[in-house]
Amino acid sequence: MSEAKERIDALVQGNDVVLFMKGSALFPQCGFSSRAVAILDHLEVPYETVDVLQDQEIRQSIKEYSDWPTIPQLYVKGEFVGGSDIMMEMFESGELQQLLKAEA
Amino acid sequence: MPMTAKDIEDMIRTAIPDAEVEIRDLAGDGDHYAAKVVSPSFAGMNRVRQHQLVYKALGGRMGGELHALQLETAVPNGESK
Repeated sequence: MSEAKERIDALVQGNDVVLFMKGSALFPQCGFSSRAVAILDHLEVPYETVDVLQDQEIRQSIKEYSDWPTIPQLYVKGEFVGGSDIMMEMFESGELQQLLKAEA
Repeated sequence: MPMTAKDIEDMIRTAIPDAEVEIRDLAGDGDHYAAKVVSPSFAGMNRVRQHQLVYKALGGRMGGELHALQLETAVPNGESK
């Protein structure tokens, strides 16, 4: 495993809910990241964010880590959940609430 | 080169021949699209696997020349999960 992948692994395994995004939770730099943050804020769950714009190695490696080509990416309890479209679908169906409640 | 809605549709259909594909150009700028892909091939896959199959069909363009594609996948007459 590369150094960047080891760092990603530590972030994913070390935080119950972690969002890899562009920008910060306060200042998202992309509409999709903004939507992901809005969903998590609405659910009032504690979460960590990783700004991939501040770290080019993570920005590249996260796509291979999950075999997923875009940012944002949500991980819950070490598992890749999806990007903002999947988050929105799961939010609308209530699945995301269930998943996050189970982690609380 | 930006991709047209037809490019996106053709690539998905080539990779997933039984798919019904519906593309919308969200902003009218040829850069922000929404796609709905319905295919029996998705049966038994979770959403992540379904989306990964569509991204693979787009051959690495997703996140590159194709910046913004809102994706919704489903099995015919079924849930998307």
